[in-house]
Amino acid sequence: MTKTVMEASHAISEAVKMIKPDVVPAYPITPQTHIVERISDFVADGDLKTEYMRVESEFAAISACLGASATGVRVYTSTSAQGLALMFEILFIVSGMRLPVGMTVVNRAMSAPISIWNDHQDSISCRDTGWIQMYAETAQECYDLTLMQYKISENKNVLLPSMVCLDGFTLSHVYEPFDVPSQGRVDDFLPRYSPYHAILDPEQPLTLGAIGFPSHYMELRYSQIEAMENSIDIIEKTFNEFSDKFPVQVERSRPERYFHTEEYLMDDAEIVLVAMGSVCGTIKSAVDKLREKGERVGLLKLITYRPFPRDAIKNALKDVKKVAVLEKAVSPGANGPVFDEISSLLYEGDKRPEIRSFIIGLGGRDVRLDHIERIYEMTKEGKGKKQEWMF
Amino acid sequence: MAIAGLPEEEYLSCGHRACAGCGAATAIRLITKAAGKNSILVESTGCIEVISTPYPETAWKLPWIHGAFENPSSIASGISAALKAKGIEDEINVVAFGGDGSTYDIGLGHISGAFERGDNFTYICYDNEAYMNTGIQRSGATPYGASTTTSPAGRESIGKVEWKKDIIHILAAHKSPYLASASIGYPTDAFKKIRKAIETKGPTFVNLFATCPTGWRSDPAKSIELAKLAVETGVVPLYEIINGKHVVGMPRDISKLKPVEEYLKVQGRYRHLFRPEKKEMEINFIQERVKENLALLLEYAETGH
Repeated sequence: MTKTVMEASHAISEAVKMIKPDVVPAYPITPQTHIVERISDFVADGDLKTEYMRVESEFAAISACLGASATGVRVYTSTSAQGLALMFEILFIVSGMRLPVGMTVVNRAMSAPISIWNDHQDSISCRDTGWIQMYAETAQECYDLTLMQYKISENKNVLLPSMVCLDGFTLSHVYEPFDVPSQGRVDDFLPRYSPYHAILDPEQPLTLGAIGFPSHYMELRYSQIEAMENSIDIIEKTFNEFSDKFPVQVERSRPERYFHTEEYLMDDAEIVLVAMGSVCGTIKSAVDKLREKGERVGLLKLITYRPFPRDAIKNALKDVKKVAVLEKAVSPGANGPVFDEISSLLYEGDKRPEIRSFIIGLGGRDVRLDHIERIYEMTKEGKGKKQEWMF
Repeated sequence: MAIAGLPEEEYLSCGHRACAGCGAATAIRLITKAAGKNSILVESTGCIEVISTPYPETAWKLPWIHGAFENPSSIASGISAALKAKGIEDEINVVAFGGDGSTYDIGLGHISGAFERGDNFTYICYDNEAYMNTGIQRSGATPYGASTTTSPAGRESIGKVEWKKDIIHILAAHKSPYLASASIGYPTDAFKKIRKAIETKGPTFVNLFATCPTGWRSDPAKSIELAKLAVETGVVPLYEIINGKHVVGMPRDISKLKPVEEYLKVQGRYRHLFRPEKKEMEINFIQERVKENLALLLEYAETGH
């Protein structure tokens, strides 16, 4: 193992080098560019043997991923915002065909107005495409989740594509210390891809992408939903195996043991803030400060967002009095998407904590410690509207 | 299809659900015969996926994949890259095909990208000159004067008012090593061109003209004859561009062309050019432009272009 300091984008590139994808269709978009640039350096120097395709758009990138994955090889691509939106149509087709494609989404706001800065509106609006989604807080998590996403996606009881999401600039361009294990240990954790599904092969002709009439469409969709449900358990097992094989090397760079959620100072917490991504670092600092003042507050960080880890969240919030959901996404005409999903979960429980929605950090708006402290105060005192925008 | 010189093997089984007289189905049989067993086929959304793959049935005896409408070329690029990664790219032919809506319109940018990169596969457009699967709407390949459901002939309209897009020369600008125009009316010629395209390394293209009796409102029994007549009148000249040089197969003599009127009058999509009164001006316009186009191709061939 080697402790290193790199920007989170390059932590992803490093992980991609070590998982050895056979095909990498790449197309640049800010703030994802550093990832594909670094991978192209690896290829140029012979450090990574892969078919690196300089495609003409994100639409072509995801389509090439589809074709290559259907031919039975490991595939990687990455994108952001408008690029992800351009892929939208094919995201459904990749998951519907049960192809274990791996992708990194460097989260960026959606246009208009055009913005290159961070929020989660891009990947959240793809939550229903049938892709597994995991959100990283740190460079170490970026690296680790990239290794794990393939182990999860390629599992024969899952066979679904996955996205690892990280915040543009606020994480992607930030230098952090993290640990890179040896190639041998990575290979041991993630062996070469051997497709479980039949693939495009003249020796065994197969029809992929057939038309599903009303007599069959629902059954096929149902089997896909079952696979997504299966993935909850597979993700947990993968997180456990990873945590066993790769103990923490850099303090506070990741959870001690990976789980769908990370609970930070939640043991006796009466008020819990829920969030995803790099803002959790800021929230942890705010929680530390509030704890010093004797406030019983904690953070519930969601790592897995699809599949939605219902049991983990329900269990974590079962004895909490008040919940504040902080999210970098909106659903115009409705509530914050993560807020709505957590609300509906809590409705199923016996004790229903008060729950509040806070919209934060859209289009790269800085989320500061005092924002978090204000959110905590408002939640504690029951002040403000049901949904507050933290401008 | 017992045609001397063509392989007897069929890779699209009978029992598929195409209309009677479907030119695209004939096109597919020619494509697959030319491709042979060691091939992977990629298809755009369109009639063919509907008629050949009603889940859980399939008419395909070759590995076949369909993703979306606009991306068979990008999927083919991905497959070609995967085969390269596996070290078996020389053993397997990758053949992508789509209708003219996919090829001329919505998927053109992706074909351009693949051709610019020099990706190793053959793209074949079965060109029936409109969006037939969605109900005969106008495409960039619909010819001047044809009535479609979105370019209908009417009291103030003669149907489509733009000329057909010249797809082969768009791709010629990408310096593809092999491009050709073929017609299902000349199956042996089409077979040979598809074979040549597949055997040529790099991105290659064949525009395969294929009758659609449902969309053209023509006699399903005469699909092959009509595809021949398109060539004999010069509406669809058969030619190749081999490493940048034009070779014109037929027709080669402008003075011996059959009049375009013979071709137009047997198709319902041109009915308005003859009824209620004959529109001589429009028919002459089409006739002259057909001659000009052919003259230009012959000139290219003669001057070594």
